[in-house]
Amino acid sequence: MTDTALERPRAVSNRARHLALRRRILHVVGWALLVVVVVLPALWVLFLAPTTGKWATAFGSAVHDPKDFWITMLNGITAAALYFVVASGFTLIFGLMRVVNMAHGAFFLLGGYIALKLQRNMVGEGGGFGLTSAQVNLTHWIVPAIVATLIVAAMGVTMQQVFLRWNQGQDLRQALITIAIAIILADQMLAHFGGVAEDIAWPRNFDKFVNFRVEGIQYTATRLIILGIALVIGLLLWLWLKKTRTGMVIRAGVDDRAMVSALGINIQLTFALAFAVGSALAALGGVIGGSFASLAPGLDANWLLYSLVVVIIGGMGSLAGAAIGSLLLGLTTNFAAAYLPSSYTYYSIIFTFILVAIVLAVRPLGLFGRPA
Amino acid sequence: MRRVTPDRVVGVIALALAVTAPLWASGYWVAALLTQMLFLGIVAASLIFLSAYGGMVSLAQVAIYGIAGFVVGNATTNGNTKGLNLGWSPYWGMVAGILVAVAVGFVFGALASRSVGIYFLMITLTYSVIANLTFGQVTDVSGFGGISGIPAPGFIGRVEAHPNRLYYSALVASLLVYALLRYVARTPFGLTLQGVRDDPVRMASLGYNVVLHRTIAFTFAAFIAAIAGVLFVWWNGHIDPASIDLGSTIDVLVIAVIGGLYRVEGAWVGALFFVVINNYSQQISFIGPRFHTLIGAIFLLIVLVSPGGLVGLWERVTGLGSGRHDDPSDRNPIEVGQVEPSV
Repeated sequence: MTDTALERPRAVSNRARHLALRRRILHVVGWALLVVVVVLPALWVLFLAPTTGKWATAFGSAVHDPKDFWITMLNGITAAALYFVVASGFTLIFGLMRVVNMAHGAFFLLGGYIALKLQRNMVGEGGGFGLTSAQVNLTHWIVPAIVATLIVAAMGVTMQQVFLRWNQGQDLRQALITIAIAIILADQMLAHFGGVAEDIAWPRNFDKFVNFRVEGIQYTATRLIILGIALVIGLLLWLWLKKTRTGMVIRAGVDDRAMVSALGINIQLTFALAFAVGSALAALGGVIGGSFASLAPGLDANWLLYSLVVVIIGGMGSLAGAAIGSLLLGLTTNFAAAYLPSSYTYYSIIFTFILVAIVLAVRPLGLFGRPA
Repeated sequence: MRRVTPDRVVGVIALALAVTAPLWASGYWVAALLTQMLFLGIVAASLIFLSAYGGMVSLAQVAIYGIAGFVVGNATTNGNTKGLNLGWSPYWGMVAGILVAVAVGFVFGALASRSVGIYFLMITLTYSVIANLTFGQVTDVSGFGGISGIPAPGFIGRVEAHPNRLYYSALVASLLVYALLRYVARTPFGLTLQGVRDDPVRMASLGYNVVLHRTIAFTFAAFIAAIAGVLFVWWNGHIDPASIDLGSTIDVLVIAVIGGLYRVEGAWVGALFFVVINNYSQQISFIGPRFHTLIGAIFLLIVLVSPGGLVGLWERVTGLGSGRHDDPSDRNPIEVGQVEPSV
C-alpha cells in the first residue's frame, strides 16, 4: 500500500497539523452541504418552483399556491404519524434487548391481513372491490384491530421466548433468526392471502372530510385520526417509560441489564412485555396502514425499510429519535413527491437515501443515538 | 510437497468435477443450475469476504450486483426495451457496469463504515431496499418491467446456443475471484483489515485509519459483486427490480450463511445447495411453490444449530479447524458476541 493515509503517521506534529487542516476543510464542506441540502430545497419549495416550462411542478411554489403547500405539509405529518406507530415498536425492542427485529415488517403485514379477514368475516365479503366504508361501522374496525394486535403480540412473545431468549447478546445471530422468520411469514402470507392488493375499510364515521376554514383546505378525517392515534401512542409510551415502575426497569435494563437482574428484578418478564408491545405496535400499524392504503405482498419490505430508516435517522432505542426520524422521513418523501418537477417525481425515492446518507455522514449513531 | 488434507482433496475433486461438468452433466444442469451457482457464489463470496475479514455482514451486495446489471442493460441494449438503450458493445457495457457499481459501492461503504455489527447490517439493508425501489420507480433506467434482450459479448455468443461458453466464463471468473480474495486476505491490507475486525480501537490507536480500511474493503467487495452482476445479465438476458428485491437480497445472505460466513469457499457450496434445493423442491408435492418457506426453515435451522453452515459441519466432521491456532471459525461473526457500535 502506497497511499499515505494507510501508513502509520511519522510524526505527531505532522498529524496534528494534518488534523487541524482536515477539520477546517470538513467545516467548510459541511456548511456547503447544508446549504445544498436544506436551504436550496427550502427556497425551491417556498419561492422558486414554477408551474410552467421544463421544470414545471404540480402545484408551483408555496407563495403561489399556499393551499397545496399546507396539504403537502399535513400529508407529510400524517404519514410520519404512521411511521412513528410502526417504528416506535421497532426501536422499543431494540433499545431494551439489542434485538433488531427484521420480522417487524412481516408483523406489520400479518396484523393487517388478520384484521382484514376478521372484518370480512364480520361484515361479509362485499362486492368485487371489497367492502366500502358505508357497510362498516366503528365496531367492525376496532374489534379486528384489537384482535389482530393481540394475536401478533402473542406471536412476537412466542418468537422471543422460543428463538431469542437463549442467545441473548449474540445480536447478529438474533437478527438472522428474525430474518429467517420474516422469510417464512412472508411466504406463508402470500400462500394464504394471495398476491392481490386489498384494503381494510374504514368505519363510515371516519370516512369524511374536515373543513379547516383556512385557505379552503378540506382534509380527510382518516389522516387526522391516524395522527391522533400516533400522538396518543407516543404519549402513552412516554408516560409508560418515564412514569411507571416497569418503565424505570426498562430504562435501567437498557443501560445495564446485568445490574438490573442482580437487583432481583425479573428482567426476562420485562423483555417479554417489551416484545409484546413492540410487536403489537407493528400489527396496529398494519391495521391502520391497511385501511389507509392497502395490503399486498412486498409491503413488508417497505415497512421494514421505513422502520430502519426512522431509527437510523433518529438513533436506535430512542423514542424522541423515532418521532423526529418519522417526521423527517414523512416530510422528505411527501415534499419530494409533490415539489419535484412533474416529469421527475418518480425520483422522490432517492431523497430517502439522501436523508439517510446525510444523517450517517454527520451522526453515524443517529440524531438521538448514543453508544451502547 | 504440500500436505494432503481432506480440504485439499475435496477442493481438487470439486475443481475436476466443475471443469468436466459439460461431459457428465445434462445440458440443463450446466446451463441453468451450475452457471447460476457460479455467479451466485461470486456475490456470496463478496459477502463472506467482508464478513470473514472485515467483520461486516453486508446486505447491499445484491443491490450492487443489480446496479452493475442495470448499467450493463442500459448501456448495451438497442431500442427495443426500457432504459436508455445506449447500444454500446457488451465489453464497454461490462466496463461501465463494473465502474459504476464500484463507485456506488465506495459511496455506500464510506457512509456505512463508521458503523459495525447489526448497525452495519441495518444500513446496508436500507441501501438494498432503496436500490430496489429506485429501479422500480425510475422509468428512465428500468421501471417495473425491467430491461430485456441484454446481449452477451461475442466470445460467449447466444447463451441458448452455446451454454458451455458462459459456463466456462463464469467458472474462470469464479476461480479468479477466489484466488484474488485469498490473495487480498494475505496482503498487508488484508491483515490490517483483520486487525480492524478484531480490535478497531487498538488499530486506530496504532495509527491505522479504521474507517478508510473498511471503506476500501467494501469498495473492493463491490467490485467482486459487480462481476457477478455482469454474468447474471449475460446469463439471464433480462433484469428487473424483482431481481434485487428483499427476497433476492436475503437469498444471497442465506447462501452465505448456509456456506458458512467465514470461509470464502463456502459461498459456492451454499450456492450449489441453494440452486439444487430451489430446482428440485418444486417437484415435491407438499412444497411446490412454497420454496421460500423451505429455504427459510433451513436457514433458521442452520443459524440455530450450526452457525458455521455446511462448511462448519464439514470441519466438525473432519476435525479440521479445532486445535489450530488460526481456527477459521473464529472469523464467524454469528458466533461472536455483541459488538460495540462506533469506533
